[in-house]
Amino acid sequence: MEISNTDSIPGRTIVQFYGVVTGNTVRAKHIGRDIMAGLKNIVGGELVGYTELLQDSRNEATERMIQQAQSMGANAVVNVRFATSSIAQGAAELFAYGTAVRVE
Amino acid sequence: MDSGFLQTLEAILNFGLPIFLLLLAYFVGTMLERRHFRSIRNRESEFAQFPVVTFDTMPADWTATSSTLVTGSVVVSLDYFKRVIAGLRAIVGGRIKTYEPLLDRARREAMLRMIEEARRDGYDAVFNVRLETSRLANSSGEGKRTAGVEMLAFGTAVKFTSRFARTS
Repeated sequence: MEISNTDSIPGRTIVQFYGVVTGNTVRAKHIGRDIMAGLKNIVGGELVGYTELLQDSRNEATERMIQQAQSMGANAVVNVRFATSSIAQGAAELFAYGTAVRVE
Repeated sequence: MDSGFLQTLEAILNFGLPIFLLLLAYFVGTMLERRHFRSIRNRESEFAQFPVVTFDTMPADWTATSSTLVTGSVVVSLDYFKRVIAGLRAIVGGRIKTYEPLLDRARREAMLRMIEEARRDGYDAVFNVRLETSRLANSSGEGKRTAGVEMLAFGTAVKFTSRFARTS
């Protein structure tokens, strides 16, 4: 499975379009991470726990998008976009979407 | 025990703690920020030869064999001192200088992580780089505490047909 955020896969030609595929996940923060982040809020800088949390979540959303593309019979996803939205206190939705295609 | 002593103790608890936190935040925060900027500059000069572009199509002299999506992200938060300064600034309006270096270093860090991922997996360049900023929800009910800001950098990494295929 090849994915890219451009209109095509470099060096390949698109032979068939399958439509939009999406993947999402909603995650809440871990209380331990929240306490650490609270402490880190005093001196500032990177909140490593949150970085990892969002990275994991984004990977999962991407993975779900890829699964959907595979079930359609696609072998690539082009024009992938990410979106993050805070939907509730302490919870965020990570969303990935793109166009499933067959390339040769 | 005389009441003067108790009043002093109370004053220390009421004003001393915030002042201590402010000073701690100022010194530690400034030190961490300097160290981070130094690390960013070092890595940026190390990766200076690695082509990263925001074009949505590949430059004509690139011939790619394989490609993948690479991402880099970082969540940062302001230190207590800077938050207080920014809060004061918000009363009179104008440029909030304390936020600028924070966002700058977060964005550069996200970009560096994206490049590191591409290099680690053996890719030669990244094109169609996009940068996104999103604010995370407050970690608790208190309005003042912001959980942080996430910077995301992503793009399409490509491998060239041969290591020195670029003819520029």
